Amino acid sequence: MARDLPIIETKQAPLIPFAGRVDFDEKLAAHNMSLRAAAIETLQVNVGKLCNQACKHCHVDASPTRTEIMTREVAKQVIAAVHRFSIPTLDITGGAPELNPSFRFLVTEARAAGAHVMVRHNLTVMFEPEQADLPEFFRTHEVEVISSLPYFLERETDAQRGRGVFEKSIEALRRLNRVGYGMKESGLILNLVYNPVGAFLPPAQSSIEADFKRELSNRYGIAFNNLYTITNIPIKRFLDYLRRSGNEERYMHKLIEAFNPQTIEGLMCRTLLSVDWQGRLFDCDFNQMIELGVSRELPQSIADFDPALFAGRRISTGAHCFGCTAGAGSSCGGAVAAIS
Amino acid sequence: MSYYKEEDLSRFAEISKHRPDLFEKFMAWYQACQEDGALSRREKALIGLAVAHALQCPYCIDAYAQSCLESGSNMEQMTEAIHMASALRGGAALIHGLQAHNSVDKVSM
Repeated sequence: MARDLPIIETKQAPLIPFAGRVDFDEKLAAHNMSLRAAAIETLQVNVGKLCNQACKHCHVDASPTRTEIMTREVAKQVIAAVHRFSIPTLDITGGAPELNPSFRFLVTEARAAGAHVMVRHNLTVMFEPEQADLPEFFRTHEVEVISSLPYFLERETDAQRGRGVFEKSIEALRRLNRVGYGMKESGLILNLVYNPVGAFLPPAQSSIEADFKRELSNRYGIAFNNLYTITNIPIKRFLDYLRRSGNEERYMHKLIEAFNPQTIEGLMCRTLLSVDWQGRLFDCDFNQMIELGVSRELPQSIADFDPALFAGRRISTGAHCFGCTAGAGSSCGGAVAAIS
Repeated sequence: MSYYKEEDLSRFAEISKHRPDLFEKFMAWYQACQEDGALSRREKALIGLAVAHALQCPYCIDAYAQSCLESGSNMEQMTEAIHMASALRGGAALIHGLQAHNSVDKVSM
């Protein structure tokens, strides 16, 4: 049960009206399910909260004023784990991870260790000082690029990510295309992420992907590989928005009503372990942001990590987990089930 | 005070209270209508939004505005659908002007 898990104090008031009424683990139990991990395939490293943007839906509360970023010492511990345990995939996120001085070290070393590297790249960081060569850097290291573009129109994108972001994002996508990203047979993968611009669920992934492909190609001549639909999770800045706009109850009700047991098997927390900027371990990036740690009996730091101890672990959950199990489900790789 | 309350939308199933069999039949039909078919869910949601405006049903407008967003429509598309409904309502009113013309013609020299 969630109440037995190590909930660490957070400044933000919890989802009290809903957590008390509908417990996520009880919902699973009602479907004769529980949430346990499989083998770890991905180490998702959040290198810090520093970002050149301050998006309204950001579950990290990232912004240009944040100072919490991973040190080289912790980055070395991450690389040591990738080496020692032959971690198949290193997924680097932030903030804007490129702004961390250890970012290129992490990419280069993880690739040297044979890992597939994914970077959650916000596109506009390419226009920050000393970042102009990012497309070439990504290409050199065959990084898989995953970039947020909440909609193919300026109004919606700027409403979520800030004024001027759409225009810069389009230019960044063109630059990525120019070095081969998203182009057929280049082998360079450029995936986009759709987030709803507000308090509603994403559309069917295949349907909106077709729209994005058609509109981005027709309007801007841009190509990409796949579109991932990701649900906004009711924590941090998005929860603040829900509360300010009077949408918290309605949104939580929507998530709980849309609970889909078919999403459980494909949830990212089952095959991923999340590492924060201090090297602490979490079941996912969302748990990391609300300081909901991995089970107490497990190692808490990347320095003590051993995948054998984490396979089969019980995942720490909370009311926010309804965000990943609503409708078609949501993960870092988009939808995980058919919409029921 | 308004007769319409937002929270009543989620109480729709209470209509089943006195004739659950009829409500069950209605819901089966209603839900089948929403599925992808020759028309996509998105097209159906836009039709729903247009009809909701023609009917001027606040529950339906709320429900179908959300359905449109959650099937990937944007405000330009939704606004065009609303204009279609409005144009039809306007046109339907205007063409009845011929009834007035006919009526006047009948008694005029």
